[in-house]
Amino acid sequence: MTHSIIKYGIIFFSMVLIQVLILNQIQFSGFVNPFIYILFVMLLPLTIPKYLLLPLAFLLGLTIDVFSDSLGIHAAATTFIAYLRPVIIGAISSRDKENNNYPGLKQNSIQWFMLYTVAMVFFHHMVLFFLEIFSFSGLFYTILKIIVSSVFSIFVIVLSQYIIFRD
Amino acid sequence: MSSLFRYLLKNYGFFLFFSLEIISFVFIFSNNSYQRAKYLNSASQFIGSIYETYSSVTNYFNLSKVNSRLAAENARLRSNFKLRPSDNDVIPDSKTFTFIPYDSGYFKFVSAKVVNNSVNKPYNYIVLNKGGKDGIKTDQGIISADGIVGMVTNVTDNYSLGLSVLNQHWSVSSKIKKSNFFCSLYWDGKDYRYANLMEVPFHVSLQLGDTIVTSGYSSIFPEGVLIGTIESFEQLQGENYYDVRVKLSVDFKTITYVEIVENKNTTEINQLEKLIQE
Repeated sequence: MTHSIIKYGIIFFSMVLIQVLILNQIQFSGFVNPFIYILFVMLLPLTIPKYLLLPLAFLLGLTIDVFSDSLGIHAAATTFIAYLRPVIIGAISSRDKENNNYPGLKQNSIQWFMLYTVAMVFFHHMVLFFLEIFSFSGLFYTILKIIVSSVFSIFVIVLSQYIIFRD
Repeated sequence: MSSLFRYLLKNYGFFLFFSLEIISFVFIFSNNSYQRAKYLNSASQFIGSIYETYSSVTNYFNLSKVNSRLAAENARLRSNFKLRPSDNDVIPDSKTFTFIPYDSGYFKFVSAKVVNNSVNKPYNYIVLNKGGKDGIKTDQGIISADGIVGMVTNVTDNYSLGLSVLNQHWSVSSKIKKSNFFCSLYWDGKDYRYANLMEVPFHVSLQLGDTIVTSGYSSIFPEGVLIGTIESFEQLQGENYYDVRVKLSVDFKTITYVEIVENKNTTEINQLEKLIQE
């Protein structure tokens, strides 16, 4: 118990720092901005109750918001995918094979993890970018932004599973 | 009654989700104007200090660029200075550079370092390492050696938060230097190198490369601070105005040192403007 609290505490803070100090500073051509901090929400154990999952996600989003002066936007998007998470996991998991509690790459098949990442990242980025621009004008531009940034985020998240989260 | 409680308890996940989203949306809407939340922003003590530590490391990568920029500004100021060694009251030759001299009495400049900045959001903000302790107040202008940067919106003891020109909540009162025609400049949220001019009618003569400067109609900036040059203009079908694209003179991606402008007469001007409103 204490072990996992420390572990997830470290993941939380390192995700925030990596996001605000490295990825938010990349700013490729003023267009691409990958958001990988949602990996924290993705990696929480599958059995976590909702009364922990949702507030944790909200807190994570709010922390990112305070750093990037966009109060409320990241909080809304992250809470949204946290609520969606059990639905996504239920949709992509096969019913008979249910054995592990940790939704990482090592514990599951590569197809499963790819599907999981794509779904989570895409829904998060969609809510995020539409809330940020808050209009449907320039719809094509926004969609392009969502897709390009999603591809980048998915790439970094999957890569991190090979490099850092190997256990 | 008990069945209602049972229902709420069974679906508490949804209600928790719903209330957290409501809180987020309250945050978003109460923050919609450029005047941001008072405490939860990156000018706060803790977050400002994190950004400052970080930028003290990353700034080393920009040092050569900053150096050459400062050297160029020095040279420009020196050539201005030599042109007229005696008179302090005259605005410097508008061909060489565009600042009112420091001792003219109207404007005071405080130098500051950019500790955080973005260019890729629809509403970009800039964090500076000077705050209330250094005499910074809200609604003061931010300029750099290359031209206009933004405006201060929140101040804490040691840091200040401002909107940059790259923020759709704001438009800059500007003029075309050659013809003195007044217009306002806004950013369309796409490319950080370009902005647009609003409502320039067809009778105004434009040329590629025309200089756009601040108008001096607002008390935030001195008159004649460089904004950019006209990159292209065209008459769109069915429109009454030119579509003018301006190349911004400041490179917002590499911006490091800026100056905060204080207009010493702001309170007086505001008092007069209040009279009109009443």
